[in-house]
Amino acid sequence: MSRRGRFVAGGAVIAAALAYLIYSGVTQSAVYFVTPAELQAAPVAGKVYRLGGMVAPGTLRWEPTTLALSFTLTDGKASVPVRHHGTPPDLFGEKRGAVVEGRWTAEGYFSATQILAKHSEEYKAPHDGEPAGYKGMMKTLSTDGK
Amino acid sequence: MTPELGQGGLLVALALALWGSAAAASGGRTGRGALVESAQHAAIGVFALVTGAFALLVVAFLRFDFSVRYVATNTNLGTPFWYRITGVWGALEGSIVLWAWMLSLYTLIVIARHRMRSRDLYPWVLSVMLAIMAFFLLVMTIAAPPFQRLAPVPADGRGLNPLLEDTGMITHPIALYLGFTGFTVPFAFAMAALITGRVSDAWLAATRRWTITAWYFLSLGLLIGGWWSYHVLGWGGYWAWDPVENAAFMPWLTGTAFLHSVMIQERRRMLKLWNIALVILTFSLTLFGTFLTRSGVIASVHAFTQGSIGIFFLTFLSLVVLVALGLLAFRWKDLEAQGQLDSVLSRESAFLLNNVLFVAAAFTVFFGTVFPLLAEAVRGTKVSVGAPFFNQVNIPLFLSLIFLMGIGPLIAWRRASPDNLRRNFLVPVVLGVAGAALFFFAGVRSALAVLCLALTVFVAATIGLDLVRATRSRARLGETVVPALGRLLLAHNRRYGGFIVHFGILIIAIGVTGSQAWSIQRETTLQRGETTELGGYRIRFDGLDARRESNHEAVLGTFTVTRGAGRAVTMQPAKKFYPQEQSPIAGVDYRLGLREDVYLVLGDFAQDGSHATIKVQVNRLVSWIWIGGAVLTLGAALALLPERRRATA
Repeated sequence: MSRRGRFVAGGAVIAAALAYLIYSGVTQSAVYFVTPAELQAAPVAGKVYRLGGMVAPGTLRWEPTTLALSFTLTDGKASVPVRHHGTPPDLFGEKRGAVVEGRWTAEGYFSATQILAKHSEEYKAPHDGEPAGYKGMMKTLSTDGK
Repeated sequence: MTPELGQGGLLVALALALWGSAAAASGGRTGRGALVESAQHAAIGVFALVTGAFALLVVAFLRFDFSVRYVATNTNLGTPFWYRITGVWGALEGSIVLWAWMLSLYTLIVIARHRMRSRDLYPWVLSVMLAIMAFFLLVMTIAAPPFQRLAPVPADGRGLNPLLEDTGMITHPIALYLGFTGFTVPFAFAMAALITGRVSDAWLAATRRWTITAWYFLSLGLLIGGWWSYHVLGWGGYWAWDPVENAAFMPWLTGTAFLHSVMIQERRRMLKLWNIALVILTFSLTLFGTFLTRSGVIASVHAFTQGSIGIFFLTFLSLVVLVALGLLAFRWKDLEAQGQLDSVLSRESAFLLNNVLFVAAAFTVFFGTVFPLLAEAVRGTKVSVGAPFFNQVNIPLFLSLIFLMGIGPLIAWRRASPDNLRRNFLVPVVLGVAGAALFFFAGVRSALAVLCLALTVFVAATIGLDLVRATRSRARLGETVVPALGRLLLAHNRRYGGFIVHFGILIIAIGVTGSQAWSIQRETTLQRGETTELGGYRIRFDGLDARRESNHEAVLGTFTVTRGAGRAVTMQPAKKFYPQEQSPIAGVDYRLGLREDVYLVLGDFAQDGSHATIKVQVNRLVSWIWIGGAVLTLGAALALLPERRRATA
């Protein structure tokens, strides 16, 4: 093989390896964001989702001794019961938006491995009443980081 | 009146920057020195005006001038003195002011350093820099005016985001922006080279130290950002692949590629096109990063249209890329390589591979960051790829780069002979393999950790071997060892500065590997007097205290931490309640150590102090990251010293 040919071949191998890395990375770690209504419409047990909604008032229970946390996420149309083991994060409470990551279980609840608190550099004003509404909230929630 | 003075000054600065850019360009085209001189005066004027505006903004913060909207949203009466100053760049408007100020400062330094030296390029460099300056001034006049008034004037401001009340936030943005703006200078030189057609090596030689400076500050900014994340955010990590972090990491990756590829052009007259493309890419990525983090596009593709800042940056970014690529196409023929690759086993190809990997890493980070946006725009679905994606894709790339770090500096130019390979790499390879075996038998069972540590040993051995040989050959000439080593480092400061940077990266790699592989944590609720154990530490809960600070209240948990028969240490993680925040902020308490850090985060607690929930982490080897960072900055500083060209060789 000519010298140029060898470099071209080398480049092709690297490009293919990179494409494979990205492809497998995306297929393995892409997590779909769903709303409670979307999840309830077609729940798949065992699949990882990122579920966003509002913590329904009166549903938040936390047992400090066992660290058992449970609450219901709602989007106004449907609600999903969520269970988690751990301390509720600081930016978490009833009537507030939350995004949880975890699996839908066959027992009919969402088992969250992670509760994602919003990590934003700039301070966001508290919503007076509900100007953004569920729609606006879902939009912000759906891309929240850690 | 002062706010109007500031805003008016920025408007005048905008006019001056526009004039200066046009005058310098016309001076460059016609060779009329008077025009270039006028542009210089304009640049000095811009610097003076932006400095004045910056100072006025600082004064407005110090005097609590809440009639200025930006002041009212980012400080309040209780904010401690220093955080009133850092609050100036705590949000969008002020950070653009800081950015513009640094850019105007860099423009002055370019004038001072290059006015007499790079005669052909200089007018165009000045023109490009002033044009970029004009863009930032335009942003400050229209999209993000820092001095906008607020009516009615509130009695107190809202206050700085409490997470930014940290010493790291004093230095982090400054370092990061010095890095970001620093890449403007090589970019301006590259543009000047393309415009004038003098695409030989003059622009590279002129910008070598600028590039290192920008890279140095960007690295420092990233490291301080990691430190801030670690000790403020309370999740025990230093890097989360957050879009904000990725925004700064992408130009770092391409900038690092550029630092290396420059050497190939200097030595072998190759990669001219590639180098210019890398500079364009790096500069564009600094703009893209600002667009990403400031426009709200991250929240949703539809969000950025709500403010004009996103449109400004996107338009400017497109303009920069179009003009740069147009010029690149125009000069295509002049950019052909004079040298050529002789062998796959050569330093050139090691560096080339290094570049491909760095750009590939930048691409994967880019892809992962914008993938959710693309998915939303194209298919309307909300998909995210989080840290698992970035880790999975980047770990092989970074491990390969570490391997190349051992190969690149020692393998022969043009074509490596079997003898060259044996002489330079036999001992390090043996040591690396021995290291792998040693780690395995010492109980390291993660294949990834073994591989990474073995690679670290291999690279450290290549660096050590080279240093020993070079020092020895000097010592043979009659110098004593220690001064010989010192003189060696100074005589070839660029090479050995690079080695020290590599060594710092190795230390960071060990820290990252160790913290990922061996950190442990436990979350539990303790009654007062009750003890929990983790990693050999006993943690006893002794009670709660409340404390009132100038701008917040804090609840502190008191914990006594002992290890074996060692001395008891009192640790006080807290929850801080700021009136302007809906929810408390964690006040982490930690004890750093070379081997491991003890890291306590207070969770929930009973009002009467009878019990508290605590997250205990024993984070292994994290300190190595900060130590490696210090080594890295030392190396970069050494590389920045003026080069003594082969005076002693």
